[in-house]
Amino acid sequence: MAMAALRREGRRFAPLISPRPITAFRSSPLAPTREAEGPIGVRYISTQVVRNRMKSVKNIQKITKAMKMVAASKLRAIQTKAENSRGLWQPFTALLGDTPSVDVKKNVIVTVSSDKGLCGGINSTSVKISKALHKLNSGPENETKYVILGEKAKAQLVRDSKKDIELIITELQKNPLSYTQVSVLADDILKNVEFDALRIVFNKFHSVVSFLPTVSTVLSPEIVEREAEAGGKLGDLDSYEIEGGETKGEILQNLTEFQFSCVMFNSVLENACSEQGARMSAMDSSSRNAGDMLDRLTLTYNRTRQASITTELIEIISGASALEG
Amino acid sequence: MFRQASRLLARTTTATTWRRSRAFSTDLPATPTEDSTFIESWKKVIPNMDPPKTPSSFMTPRPATPSSIPSKITVNFVLPYASELSTKEVDMVIVPATTGQMGVLPGHVPTIAELKPGILSVHEGNDVTKYFLSSGFAFIHANSVADIIAVEAVPLDCIDPALVQKGLAEFTQRLGTATSDLEKAEAQIGVDVHSALNSALTG
Repeated sequence: MAMAALRREGRRFAPLISPRPITAFRSSPLAPTREAEGPIGVRYISTQVVRNRMKSVKNIQKITKAMKMVAASKLRAIQTKAENSRGLWQPFTALLGDTPSVDVKKNVIVTVSSDKGLCGGINSTSVKISKALHKLNSGPENETKYVILGEKAKAQLVRDSKKDIELIITELQKNPLSYTQVSVLADDILKNVEFDALRIVFNKFHSVVSFLPTVSTVLSPEIVEREAEAGGKLGDLDSYEIEGGETKGEILQNLTEFQFSCVMFNSVLENACSEQGARMSAMDSSSRNAGDMLDRLTLTYNRTRQASITTELIEIISGASALEG
Repeated sequence: MFRQASRLLARTTTATTWRRSRAFSTDLPATPTEDSTFIESWKKVIPNMDPPKTPSSFMTPRPATPSSIPSKITVNFVLPYASELSTKEVDMVIVPATTGQMGVLPGHVPTIAELKPGILSVHEGNDVTKYFLSSGFAFIHANSVADIIAVEAVPLDCIDPALVQKGLAEFTQRLGTATSDLEKAEAQIGVDVHSALNSALTG
């Protein structure tokens, strides 16, 4: 309590002390440091720097805690939507199979990422997988293009793959995600980009702490027919009767477009969930780091304060004993 | 006090999400199948990174084609925002294909059908549940599993007949005054859907 009183005294004297300390007047040791220009004999040990750091670290901790709670509430809202949309892509995979290793001339990689940052490493993971897929599918006659959803992937891919980027779409989550919006987006992509195979790279939401990078493949109708004739996974596609429409090709075209919009919808929702989950854990670890930093700074602060008080006492006592003789 | 509130909130969110995360174990099938050719070719070109997952590792396994015709047909009816019916065993479904109402019984020939706006009826014993679908696709597989994917569906008793009449009148009028191709197409779609709704309610 005496220390608190001394500290308060120090603060009151502080404006008097600046700009020039008075030699004779032994001011409180908690005044701002004047090591460079202080006159001889007056030693100040500054705790101001440490105190400023403590204040800013405490503010950062409060902000990151608030961001974590916001991310948690957003996650709760979007998680139900994502879970409900999980049944959407399964029928297509059951019918057309999953063929990520298909060899086609025109590959288009659709990278789904977030617009905002501070969400851990999920966007870097998506970009790394996209670049690796580009490398995997490169060949003498093959070309691979990118369609980018989200600012973060755009920032990373524009740096070295600028000429391969076909389409960039940002601000996806300005309005709550809905199937209509995603189907318009899918329509846009299908109209403007020529493809034989679309590979959608996103982070599948497995749990609040685990996000699995996933790639879904959608083939164009011509490639579907080609693979069906070749046999393998799509071999028994020919055994299916086609109802409606004039030709099989027309139905396959509609089917491909519908498949793409459904798979996109699910992947965009899963990526949004992963983004919020990753942001939660990033902000949580950030708050914990800030707490650790605050503890260390508090120790430093106390040590500095006690050292300066001890110095002051020693000076007073040695001065008094010198006077006594 | 703020700290207590935040701790409580964090505890409740993590508790609920952990509970839900345990429920995700039903997402991964018992035997996850992965595309081995993809993984091998990945490992050859990019040895340092783990290969990404593919949808086949998240698929719920499908029953194999039985040798004899089963007694029930398994129906999966999905919408973008919900799975209305998932692996429900029923006697018969009638889907509104573009070529007309199509009845599907167990042992039906594998079919891919494009759907037009109309009624989907699911027959289970003596109960019949009817939904009005906006459009979509229906796949009937050899193992007597029917997948119906629609963009929008409502149970029939949730449709208001007065609004249907009003919508039909409005779109017919818009079709009459439409100038560009786009407007004509939009108005035509509106007329189709509303007349299908109308016949669904009356028929």
